[in-house]
Amino acid sequence: MENLEQLVQDGLAAVEKADSLQALDQIRVEYLGKKGVITQQAKTLGKLSAEERPAAGQKINEAKGQVEQAINARRADLERAAIEQKLASESIDVTLPGRGQDLGGLHPVTRTLERIEQFFARAGYTVEQGPEIEDDYHNFEALNIPGHHPARAMHDTFYFNPGTLLRTHTSPVQIRTMEAGKPPFRMICPGRVYRCDSDMTHTPMFHQVEGLLVEKDVSFADLKSTVEEFLRVFFERDLKVRFRPSYFPFTEPSAEVDIEWGREADGSIKWLEVMGCGMVHPKVFEYCGIDAEEYRGFAFGLGVERLAMLRYGVNDLRMFFENDLRFLRQFR
Amino acid sequence: MKFSEQWLREWVNPTIGTQELMDQITMAGLEVDGFEPVAGQFSGVIVGEVQSVEPHPDADKLRVCQVSDGKQTVQVVCGAPNVRDGLKVPFAVVGAVLPGDFKIKKAKLRGQPSEGMLCSESELGLSENHAGLMELPADAPVGQDVADYLKLNDVTIDVDLTPNRSDCLSIKGIAREVGVLNSMLVEGPEIKPIEAVHSEVADIRVEAAAGCPRYLGRVLRNVNLRAESPLWMQEKLRRSGIRSIDAAVDVTNYVMLELGQPMHAFDREEIRGGIVVRMAKAGEKLVLLDGQEVELTEQTLVIADHEKPVAIAGVMGGEHSGVSEKTNDLILESAYFDPITLAGKARYYGLHTDASHRFERGVDYNLAREAMERATQLLMDIVGGEPGEIIEVVSDQHLPEDRVVDLRSDRLYDVLGLEIDRTTVEEILSRLGLHIDKLLKAGWRISVPSFRPDISIEEDLIEEVGRIFGYNNLPVTEPTGALGLRQQDEATRPVSAIRKFFVDNGYQEAITYSFVDPKVQKLIDPDREGIALANPISSDLSVMRTSLWSGLLKTVAHNQNRQQGRIRLFETGLRFEQEGERIDQQQMLAGVVVGSQYPENWVNGRRTADFFDVKGDLESLFRLLGIEIQFVGSQHPALHPGQTAELLRDGEHVGWLGTLHPQVQKNLELNGTILMFELFLDSIVTGYVPNFKEISKFPEVRRDLAIIIGSDVAFADVERVARKHAGERLTALRAFDVYEGESLGEGNRSLALSLFWQHPERTLTEDEVHSLFNGVIDALKEELGATLRS
Repeated sequence: MENLEQLVQDGLAAVEKADSLQALDQIRVEYLGKKGVITQQAKTLGKLSAEERPAAGQKINEAKGQVEQAINARRADLERAAIEQKLASESIDVTLPGRGQDLGGLHPVTRTLERIEQFFARAGYTVEQGPEIEDDYHNFEALNIPGHHPARAMHDTFYFNPGTLLRTHTSPVQIRTMEAGKPPFRMICPGRVYRCDSDMTHTPMFHQVEGLLVEKDVSFADLKSTVEEFLRVFFERDLKVRFRPSYFPFTEPSAEVDIEWGREADGSIKWLEVMGCGMVHPKVFEYCGIDAEEYRGFAFGLGVERLAMLRYGVNDLRMFFENDLRFLRQFR
Repeated sequence: MKFSEQWLREWVNPTIGTQELMDQITMAGLEVDGFEPVAGQFSGVIVGEVQSVEPHPDADKLRVCQVSDGKQTVQVVCGAPNVRDGLKVPFAVVGAVLPGDFKIKKAKLRGQPSEGMLCSESELGLSENHAGLMELPADAPVGQDVADYLKLNDVTIDVDLTPNRSDCLSIKGIAREVGVLNSMLVEGPEIKPIEAVHSEVADIRVEAAAGCPRYLGRVLRNVNLRAESPLWMQEKLRRSGIRSIDAAVDVTNYVMLELGQPMHAFDREEIRGGIVVRMAKAGEKLVLLDGQEVELTEQTLVIADHEKPVAIAGVMGGEHSGVSEKTNDLILESAYFDPITLAGKARYYGLHTDASHRFERGVDYNLAREAMERATQLLMDIVGGEPGEIIEVVSDQHLPEDRVVDLRSDRLYDVLGLEIDRTTVEEILSRLGLHIDKLLKAGWRISVPSFRPDISIEEDLIEEVGRIFGYNNLPVTEPTGALGLRQQDEATRPVSAIRKFFVDNGYQEAITYSFVDPKVQKLIDPDREGIALANPISSDLSVMRTSLWSGLLKTVAHNQNRQQGRIRLFETGLRFEQEGERIDQQQMLAGVVVGSQYPENWVNGRRTADFFDVKGDLESLFRLLGIEIQFVGSQHPALHPGQTAELLRDGEHVGWLGTLHPQVQKNLELNGTILMFELFLDSIVTGYVPNFKEISKFPEVRRDLAIIIGSDVAFADVERVARKHAGERLTALRAFDVYEGESLGEGNRSLALSLFWQHPERTLTEDEVHSLFNGVIDALKEELGATLRS
């Protein structure tokens, strides 16, 4: 049995020296395979007496176990080393920038419009569209602005011919919506509008959102909450809002809406006008065939560029339509 | 409307400061646009009297004056041309500080000592006038502080009135509002009828009563128009933004500002026969007070004499019949002109006057006589003269009707959302001059006064109550109406989803003008005529776009000129086309791509985007929308003839994709290969709602083939033929290689295709697939002349 002892020692030494998985496997076959030198020791058991046999058999098993354990341990080491080597060869500079398509961006006017639409959609308003080349009737007449009305002069209208024009506001969509449906209505109309005016603070095209709510029982107080809540949500601030009597031919009573925007030099609140609104004028209902005794409504209108300028701190209206990428990219 | 705060306070003087007063009227709907002190900041300026004027020994233009300050006389060197003995002037004494922190010190001018300075209006910040010294009236008390004497502690308030509030285009009207807001009585000057002292009257004939329902004329004889308007009147006018001209003009302007009635004074000698109010005859000409000659139209209401027009009614008088220093006798006019008749007339002649502004918005139709009396009195005080009888021609049927409007308390409460106390309502109404005729069971019957042409229906009264009560004192409540549930069309994607797709794929959204340069549009869309604006803002924004490409290419140019080489833009919006009588307005989706396909990076980052990059983007979009689009080789005048695809959906045209034609590109001075697409949005937004199909458990079989085929045979045709013969179990067909090379022979290319088959219920047999595959090969050979590549 000294021989067995020696075999184990030889085997362990060989395992220790094995520098690859193949070499290790060869050693396993050489010592522990069917014809392996340690396995072969079992044949010597026949020569032993029945009493000696169990102890001898156990010794052989122990010897096999010893070598096998060494082989497994060595295999684990070799495998680990192999993985480590592979990993080392695969290492990359993770600080290099990623590849692929860049992200584009929405125009700030669209970005603003989408926020406005989201607010009103949650409040149950539909989004309506209308033509931009309008007729005189929908842009003026049906909004209680007859031909001689001084308010027309304030509109600086682009004309194609005396009856056809570029809409000066999104209000005609109110009329078209009421003509096409039956009350109640809750709708907004975002879109392009046009005025024949171009300077530091005016572009000949800009965007408005018109809103209309027509129900049986609606009051100026309801209009106030709608407008106030919208402005607070839009600016994400609990800002002060005030309603100032004003005049629009298609609403009565009418108001302009100012928001608190910083302070004047003397410490008083600086107010900024941001919207117009009012209760739908009975004449407008009449044009649309709605009974003003049964239904009441409110309407409001806002300038999208103005809100976008306040929200994002843009200081020049004209930039919105230059489409300079260095400007546009700031809003993605 | 600009007015002097002091003047207003002569009518009603609440114990509130200037700022509070302005806030108050702003919140009542008379928006204060701004205010300005009526003079610059100065101190130490007193009324001085020039006692003697001697030439300066060493300077031609300077004079050496002795000036009294009331206590002593000092020497002042002065260069003003109007300095003279006995003149009373603003005198800045040594130690005075003038606007701009200019300190007056003892000085020597060309060797002559000077103690103080005589001032012009501009030096005191009163006006721009620096032509000479400001001349103070002879009775100005020498030694009195000029700021006190001129009551300069005043501001000019500028109110931006809405067009409905013509009643506030006067001190009287604004005072009425201030009175209501502060619950105070309002008192103006006493106006009494003036008795005629002679029997000469103006001969007045009104032939156009609809345009002029009321006309008053009065002759004022023997006036002295060399007499100047008093300083107080000049100052009130100045502080209300009106320059003093002469006494007659000043008085008419004064009455207009004070009461709101525009007036006119004619030189009686220049009126031939009498006054006729009529419509102009075509071709009649008139030289206006501002010197311009206008040719009148038949729609213009004029004041004429028996020979010719002498004024455009309610707009501007004629030069010839205007008053001058030599005028002896005046005819004063005070009239009510119909707003609709006057609407737009001033603008037609390129004019906008204080009178036209008021008449177009509606003057109080019962004011003319009161104004006439007031003007007569003021004129007599200044220029003397003998008044005659007022002749009034009135057509009752053409005057606006007196309005009686009922206000129901329920309606008032419902619209405002608050029950306002009855006495408060009544107090507001009556202070506004809205006379309560009768208390109704549930409301009020109101007589609307003639100075409020804007009030004719119940809502107008509700607004009056609301605005005086204060909009900000009204409650805030949520609308309570039930929300209707809305249809949602799942197969139709919102435009926002399409925008998001492009943003995610590296496109920047642009918004370009809907009107474009006709020259650019002609290049891009030569076959279509853009609808032209009658009054464009400039020639390069003068026709409506027929394609979004014009604006996008302009944007490319703008950015290329600013060192932006990589540009990927998209836009949505209308394009406009005239179709017979109808104007077609279609929502489009368009894009342009130029420069590298990817942002420059460290591997392959400079590859220029080509047709297939953009086509790939569109194909992804169509998958997103769930639609099938065919790309068919075609021609478009703006696009490269070999790189143009027309996009079809079920055979219908939905848009274009292509490379900008190199010639057009050159003409537009653009760089690089520019890829463009434009699609009709409405044609592509609706796809389908998914419908589940069982997933096959059986294996998919793939077969590849490579053919050599003529380069002029479109891949689409190869695909069509292959699919036709591949049977119904074909699940996919892909091109995995396209190659052109000399080895294939001129005009040929090689296409490698892979075909996939799968059966839902069983495994396809080798024979089945083999036979289908060979069928495809044979068909490609026979129908398209393909050969199998070995």
